[in-house]
Amino acid sequence: MSASSAFSDEKGGSASEPEYGHDPASGGIFSSDYKRHDDLKEMLDSNKDSLKLEAMKRIVAMIARGKNASDLFPAVVKNVACKNIEVKKLVYVYLVRYAEEQQDLALLSISTFQRGLKDPNQLIRASALRVLSSIRVTIIVPIMMLAIKEAASDMSPYVRKTAAHAIPKLHSLDPEQKDQLIEVIEKLLADKTTLVAGSVVMAFEEVCPDRIDLIHKNYRKLCNLLIDVEEWGQVVIINMLTRYARTQFLNPNINESLLEENSEKAFYASDDEEEEDKKAEPATLAKRKPYVMDPDHRLLLRNTKPLLQSRNAAVVMAVAQLYFHLAPKAEVGIIAKALVRLMRSHSEVQYVVLQNVATMSIKRRGMFEPYLKSFYIRSTDPTQIKVLKLEVLTNLANETNISTILREFQTYIKSMDKDFVAASIQAIGRCATNIGEVRDTCLNGLVQLLSNRDELVVAESVVVIKKLLQMQPEQHSDIIKHMAKLIDNIQVPMARASILWLIGEYCEHVPKIAPDVLRKMAKSFTNEEDIVKLQIINLAAKLYLTNSKQSKLLTQYVLNLAKYDQNYDIRDRARFIRQLIVPTDKSGALSKYAKKLFLALKPAPVLESPFKDRDHFQLGSLSHLLNAKAAGYQELPNWPESAPDPSVRNVEIPDWSKCSSRKDRKEKKVEKPFYSDSEGESGPTESADSESDSGSGSASASGSDESGSGSESEESGEETESDEEEEDEEEEKKKRKKLDKTKAKKQAEESAESEQSSSAEDRKRGRKAVKNQKSASESESESESSESEEESEEESEEESESDTNVRKKRTPVLKQPPKQSKKESKKETQEMSLLDLDDYEPAPASASVTPVNFLSSSLVSDLEGLSLTDTILAPTTLAPSGSIKMYELLHRIKGEGLAVEYCFSRQPFSPEPNMVAVQIQFTNNTNSETKNLHIEDPRLQSGMRIREFAEIDVLAAGESVTVVMGIDFCDSTQAANFQLCTHTRKFFVSIQPPVGELMTPAFLTENDFKKEQGKLMGMNEILEKLTLGEKCVNEHVIVERVTATANLSRVPCGSDKECRFAGKTVSSGCLVLVTVTTKEGGGAQLTVNCEKMLIGTMLVKDILQALSQ
Amino acid sequence: MIHSLFLINNAGDLFLEKHWKSVISRSICDYFFEAREKAVEPDNVPPVIRSPHHYLINIYREKIFFVSVIQTEVPPLFVIEFLHRVAETFQDYFGECSETTIKDNVVIVYELLEEMLDNGFPLATESNILKELIRPPTILRSMVNTITGSSNVGETLPTGQLSSIPWRRAGVKYTNNEAYFDVVEEIDAILDKSGTTVFAEIQGVIDACVKLSGMPDLSLSFMNPRLLDDVSFHPCVRYKRWESERVISFIPPDGNFQLMSYHISAQNLVAIPIYVKQNISFFETGSSGRLDITVGPKQTMGKTVECLVVTVHMPKVVLSANLNATQGTYNYDPVTKILLWDIGKLNPQKLPNLKGSLSLQSGAPKPEESPSLNIDLKIQQLAISGLKVNRLDMYGEKYKPFKGVKYVTKAGKFQVRT
Repeated sequence: MSASSAFSDEKGGSASEPEYGHDPASGGIFSSDYKRHDDLKEMLDSNKDSLKLEAMKRIVAMIARGKNASDLFPAVVKNVACKNIEVKKLVYVYLVRYAEEQQDLALLSISTFQRGLKDPNQLIRASALRVLSSIRVTIIVPIMMLAIKEAASDMSPYVRKTAAHAIPKLHSLDPEQKDQLIEVIEKLLADKTTLVAGSVVMAFEEVCPDRIDLIHKNYRKLCNLLIDVEEWGQVVIINMLTRYARTQFLNPNINESLLEENSEKAFYASDDEEEEDKKAEPATLAKRKPYVMDPDHRLLLRNTKPLLQSRNAAVVMAVAQLYFHLAPKAEVGIIAKALVRLMRSHSEVQYVVLQNVATMSIKRRGMFEPYLKSFYIRSTDPTQIKVLKLEVLTNLANETNISTILREFQTYIKSMDKDFVAASIQAIGRCATNIGEVRDTCLNGLVQLLSNRDELVVAESVVVIKKLLQMQPEQHSDIIKHMAKLIDNIQVPMARASILWLIGEYCEHVPKIAPDVLRKMAKSFTNEEDIVKLQIINLAAKLYLTNSKQSKLLTQYVLNLAKYDQNYDIRDRARFIRQLIVPTDKSGALSKYAKKLFLALKPAPVLESPFKDRDHFQLGSLSHLLNAKAAGYQELPNWPESAPDPSVRNVEIPDWSKCSSRKDRKEKKVEKPFYSDSEGESGPTESADSESDSGSGSASASGSDESGSGSESEESGEETESDEEEEDEEEEKKKRKKLDKTKAKKQAEESAESEQSSSAEDRKRGRKAVKNQKSASESESESESSESEEESEEESEEESESDTNVRKKRTPVLKQPPKQSKKESKKETQEMSLLDLDDYEPAPASASVTPVNFLSSSLVSDLEGLSLTDTILAPTTLAPSGSIKMYELLHRIKGEGLAVEYCFSRQPFSPEPNMVAVQIQFTNNTNSETKNLHIEDPRLQSGMRIREFAEIDVLAAGESVTVVMGIDFCDSTQAANFQLCTHTRKFFVSIQPPVGELMTPAFLTENDFKKEQGKLMGMNEILEKLTLGEKCVNEHVIVERVTATANLSRVPCGSDKECRFAGKTVSSGCLVLVTVTTKEGGGAQLTVNCEKMLIGTMLVKDILQALSQ
Repeated sequence: MIHSLFLINNAGDLFLEKHWKSVISRSICDYFFEAREKAVEPDNVPPVIRSPHHYLINIYREKIFFVSVIQTEVPPLFVIEFLHRVAETFQDYFGECSETTIKDNVVIVYELLEEMLDNGFPLATESNILKELIRPPTILRSMVNTITGSSNVGETLPTGQLSSIPWRRAGVKYTNNEAYFDVVEEIDAILDKSGTTVFAEIQGVIDACVKLSGMPDLSLSFMNPRLLDDVSFHPCVRYKRWESERVISFIPPDGNFQLMSYHISAQNLVAIPIYVKQNISFFETGSSGRLDITVGPKQTMGKTVECLVVTVHMPKVVLSANLNATQGTYNYDPVTKILLWDIGKLNPQKLPNLKGSLSLQSGAPKPEESPSLNIDLKIQQLAISGLKVNRLDMYGEKYKPFKGVKYVTKAGKFQVRT
């Protein structure tokens, strides 16, 4: 922000732009400009939308051309509440542009947005938030904060995405809010939709890129979602994950790099890269164990790989840099092909890609060697591309391909593009220094170029030859002689200076020629360029020192000329040299060392790539391109010496592998995108409308695809964890066995033990069954019990919270003295007793929490209520039959490990008879205790009441507990909303009762029934004809279905064609009478009599549905 | 991320500006103008320019510079790719992306920019979604608009962004259901003086025009999928399916789009459809030179080579050309020094030849450099790599679509060195 102020001179636009002076829109004269605006104001004030629209269009056009339209602000802002969506959009555009300048007036529009934030339409909510967060007005920071927080927990992923976008906006407006914003980011990072993922990582990068700890738990999710995230989000996520991986995993090349380098070194003696590492590594190698890649590291590499095929160059580059920085050396190669492909793209893309390839080709030359020819240069390439390609070619040159490359270079020298020719000559020079074998060939070639007609070519050659000769001057005195002759012809100052320097430096090799050259130069001294003059003085001085006999006078002459030169640098130099070399009585001690000073052995210049060592910047970044740190650049950290604890990422495993494929699939469908490869069949997003449904339908139509990707999903979902998991599983089993054994010994009661274990199993199955009920599509028959057992075991394992913790808890038990295990077993027995209650004790409220269910879900639904038929009067005794449906109150993921389910137990709620009893089961899946579970802040419709359950003080990890609460729904199906609080968090939850649960059975005789029915005629009677479902073959089933739907009791009846049921509403005690009369051929008639018509209607609907299934 | 965008034409006029964050004065563009001047050719303007507090990332397209201003670290390709996407969207909306069309449709342009970027981060870049948000102008609609005073903003709110298939809009209906695929291959090659291939590769794309109702699920299979080892796909294509079965399975966007592009690299043998015999020489004395070019068919797989054009970038000293073409017409532009020979159809019986003399600036030395020839050609009904589409299947919808595949081979960067 502060940086921008240097350039943001907002109002500079309008009048001062001469190029727009003639523009009719600007009016030319200032006054008429005003008039025009009056005109616009009038249009904006009119009632007609078309006029407003026209005015807004003209204003937007003004903004687009950078003209100042700020004086229209009051007129425009009025229209923010305009109904016309087109006008509204343009007003938004205007507001976002000018609100910052007119903060007070902008406040007028805020209420409109606030209203928009509450709109039922998600798109309107999103756009309101977008504009609200875009008008940079400091006063509304609290409002923005509130809006963002609310939007972050919006139902719609699109709104949540907008919230993520708003975070960096608010952060730049008011950095003070950082802490609060980080909380929101943390929350959104946990989001599972692809829509949100990219945006929130973007926000993370802008607000708190150093909070790497926020990523741990989302790491695997991000990896798995990556392929479905939109392309821009992919880039951001990949870059962030690269940094993350650098802090969390070990360097995969730590061992091999050493070995390979050594062998490489032997080959390329002249190749002196990576020398430093060499010394350090032998020691470390000895110490280090064989490297094993972290499965999460592998996961990242595997999931990013297909993105190399993206059409978006930025994505490809992001993956390429990820591989370059993170992958084992052997695997990096795959990115070369993709990068080479990018070179076909626009020249700007080529430019960036080539820069990166140039850096990579220094470190990993072998990678691009097969694609050497793809870097050949065409005459039509822009110069900057040519030069970069040349750079890459030079980096790729080695003994085997140097001849081809040199031949290629030869053609380049003939190019018409002189800058490029110069670069080519330099490239030849670099090849010659790097590859000893061709040095002579190159030198000869360059010498030939000296006779080129083009001066530039010659000059460049001279400069390069100079550098080459410096490496081994002895052997090449003839070349020096040749160059000395050239000095007559070459006019380019740099080249002349280079030749003079060469002769001066190696005057001992050419003792005869050097003085002669000096003689010639002395003659033309006055006409030379400055750099040449300096070199003439230099040459003179050196000759004076080595061969003073022949050159004494010449030197004096040159120095005298220089003394009166116009350039003070030259005059200075002359004075300095005279003092130094010409011995006088005044000359100081330095002159003794003159020879050493001038003719010291100078190190040969190293011709190296300008791209060397650029890879300390993250490739693909702006900083890398500029070779300087850009603002906001996040340093790529060095690999850690030892890997940090990998288990930090564990937490969410179960949610992302198994659960998503089983239980959660149905629910996740809502959020997981259709295309996900890792989740082959996951369904459409949020708006599961017909369109996306048909999409998924069509996908399943292409059968093989489905099954293929389905299995893939399993694979990819589990592969990573599978090993781990399997191990876990096995371990777990072993441990359990051991545990059992110890117990057996301890207690020496085999029966008890078996009971225990079976009950434990039952519990698991029970849970499983609940799940099955939910994912009705999942049909597992009983015969698969062994399998399902296993599965349930697995699941329960996962359920018990990534299990490691639980296991940790258990493991000590095994090893510790029996006392401890006794304790453990006690605990178990406690659990057992709880479960036993299920089976044997009929009444207590907490009883039917975990209905035992061995049946598949479909069977369950078929048999639902079966048990009730015979014993309507005491339904509770049969509660555990699985007929009670569990509803989810708080999902485990949403509740951060706390899962809450509830069911309507159909027990009378003893403290207050007119309340509906709701049984709530808490399961703590976290690895820490949850404390102080209680209800707060109920938000109820008028008349409704809640009887809270007693606060649960502590819920230990992995435990579950059941409580009963009473709710008076006032005989309506309105949801009861309240907050569920733990010691750390609050969750908004709501319980909505099905209408059938709002009543209790009433026991009437047949006569009473008829009498009551007679009272409830007319408006209170609802008749409906229906066709019974296939399975409703007999009375038995009908009774079962009806009682399952509503909490009614059966009334005895003489006719076998009629079934009667009676109940009364819990709250007001109104009678509810239901009659089902069956007819021939599957037809039936349903009659409901109830004073409360609403309840009656809803009940009819529910029963109809139950019966016609 | 992207802070602001300026559109600048070739003459250096700044004709549109858009800011996504705080306003940045247009004086920032001075840094760009400086670099532009230094570069001489617009192609040579460095894509990334540094100023003390900002970075300018620009692209040059259709004679317009898209100059974006950024302040903090961002992958340069991210910005470049986005700017190209902007240009493509304009092209898609207005038929062409030029200064005039942008100026004519400035309100739509502004709305588009507003939707494409939020706070500098891309929001909606899929053309299908944008078209639901902001309808592209048509002649009929612009007539109606001028009369009724309505504009192009979509009345209904789009669902596309919210669906699981963000590239396809819902509720598409056509009376004629059709799906066309164009397999377009370009040969990139460098031939040396003697006619041997220095380097050759094929760049292929499959462009699709799919107008199908509902939510079709297509799969396209090839006779010889092995040819394709380096491919990139539209996001709609299922990667996994390709990896395992070499079948392109996708739910297509509505309308025109590029389904995939592929690259058949230099390692494979690439058929070169024509050969060129050329001799361009300059005399040591007399300020003249001679030119003789003959083009003939080589590996055309029995098809005719059409639209054959030879372009020669002559050295600066060449003043004029006095040539004789046995077929087609030639034209020498003494300003740009480009010799253009438009041959047309290549007749294998009678090979086209261009022959004659070149006159040089008097007194100038013989040019050292050798011009290279750029060839342009087209072969219908042929994919030079031999790629063949096997079949196209549709699932998920009941109707029978009309399907078609077309093959074209073109010369890409096809260069003959002399």
